[in-house]
Amino acid sequence: MIISASGLRKDFTVSRKVGRFRRERDVVSAVDGVDLSVERGELLGYIGPNGAGKSTTLKMLTGVLTPSAGEVRVCGLEPVARRTTLARRIGVVFGQRSQLWWDLPLAESFELLRHIYRVPAADHAARLARCVDLLGVDEFAATPVRQLSLGQRMRGELTAALLHGPEVLFLDEPTIGLDVLSKQAVRDFLAELDAAGDTTVVLTTHDLADIEKLCRRLVVIDHGRVVHDGGLDELHARYGSRRVIVADLDAPWPDGLALPGAVVTAVEADGRRVTLALDGVAAGEVVAALAHAVPLRDLSVQEPGIEDVIARLYRREA
Amino acid sequence: MPRVPWALTAAGFRRYATYRQATFAGAFTNVIFGFLRCYILLAVAAEVGGAVAGYDGPKLVAFVWLGQGLLAVVSMWTMLDLAERVRSGDVVADLLRPINPLWTYLWTEFGRAGYAMLTRFVAPLVVGIVAFTFYIPQNWVTYPLFAVSIGLAVLVGFACRYLIGLTAFWLLDIRGVSMFWGFATNIGSGLAFPLAILPDWLATALWVGTPLPALLQAPIDIAVERGGVGHSLLLLAGQAAWGAGLLLVCRWVQARAVRRLVVQGG
Repeated sequence: MIISASGLRKDFTVSRKVGRFRRERDVVSAVDGVDLSVERGELLGYIGPNGAGKSTTLKMLTGVLTPSAGEVRVCGLEPVARRTTLARRIGVVFGQRSQLWWDLPLAESFELLRHIYRVPAADHAARLARCVDLLGVDEFAATPVRQLSLGQRMRGELTAALLHGPEVLFLDEPTIGLDVLSKQAVRDFLAELDAAGDTTVVLTTHDLADIEKLCRRLVVIDHGRVVHDGGLDELHARYGSRRVIVADLDAPWPDGLALPGAVVTAVEADGRRVTLALDGVAAGEVVAALAHAVPLRDLSVQEPGIEDVIARLYRREA
Repeated sequence: MPRVPWALTAAGFRRYATYRQATFAGAFTNVIFGFLRCYILLAVAAEVGGAVAGYDGPKLVAFVWLGQGLLAVVSMWTMLDLAERVRSGDVVADLLRPINPLWTYLWTEFGRAGYAMLTRFVAPLVVGIVAFTFYIPQNWVTYPLFAVSIGLAVLVGFACRYLIGLTAFWLLDIRGVSMFWGFATNIGSGLAFPLAILPDWLATALWVGTPLPALLQAPIDIAVERGGVGHSLLLLAGQAAWGAGLLLVCRWVQARAVRRLVVQGG
């Protein structure tokens, strides 16, 4: 096991003004008893709504924040006590921060990192070549970091985080603010990294496409607690996600009409548009029954979206 | 020099070398203020019979122009990025490197100072030597002692500003602290006037009780050979003690700061 945490907690004291001079201190638990274990080579999606405690967990796993309680081990080390040792074995990308040298060309940042991490020149060259291949960082390697676009910078950040060959890569919202193409480049790169299988990746994101494309395992955290740990399918099963048929009709939907295996979830446009959720029956059967019962004009079948499931999870339904 | 410090120093040098207009504008300003300060001090010296607190005309000229040059090398009024990075939360990236940020910042600072030596120090020095009668050291030993003293002044200036930067972990906004620092260095570093004009007890208090004279007055006094080689060595020892002591304090304060760290901005 490359990452293990049990009962991990982080409390912050927030002081609040009461009256003119008095202040009261409240204790807020940003992370409230998280248990987590990650095997070597896994790609884990660590998701949750804003303020759920994702970044705080990541900062405790990387040794930047001291946990208020609980046990953590990353690469067999206690992160805070062994922060600088651990730093050689992990890579971190914070989507909203930069680890590159602002005034210097990207290539010089890479060169500096080679010295700081004491990477042998041959290893450095090989890893850089791979990143050039997959992320195209050579196109803007001579540009000072401050002049890079967000997409270019993020590709630079990913490269910078991987040049010392980390065992674990922590990514905190690496696709935030990126355009479609840059997102795709980052995603493809991570899929490739996952396929190679020698880097463990912990990814936090709000981008549901990232999750669908990359994460076989999802840990969902809310109010500092783990509310789901498992695959995407299990999540769908748990929330009973259903396929949906949306039908446009030539005549209004007759009140009280029921079709076997389907539930009417919405009737709109003066009864001329109806939405049906399928209860595990084949769409064909319902469509046939529908065509028989009402004059059909148009029809579409929609797969259950992860967005809906995640929204329900965040709303704490179920 | 080992590879990591060297790489960081070189990066610091290149980082500042990218801003050429700023270098030029800064040197120009230093020269203009050099003329102002030089004429004022020489006028004062003429009033009181040619020498102020043991500095005669050429030594006063050297005092002013070396001060104008060293100001940019020691760079005591420009705060390090540290405080701003604590404020924005970017300090996380510094802490996630396999090297103590104190050393990363220190080597980068030496790179910056090296660049300032070649540009901002040389320009006022040349103007001072060309336009006035400048005190030229008589003993060759003074030159290496002066060079070491500049290095130590950079170290002391760095450690003080690093400490001020570290206060951001508690205060978030260091403007108050850095304003006080600006006031203290103006008076106590030997920039505005030679510290020797102060009453003995006050000058001694500044030399012994604060790192401020180690920033400018110490290297300048070594360059104008005030008090001979023995005195110069004493000044160097004082600078070295302040530098080492402050670095230790920086390490200690940083360890405490990191333990109570709250990373700003998610």
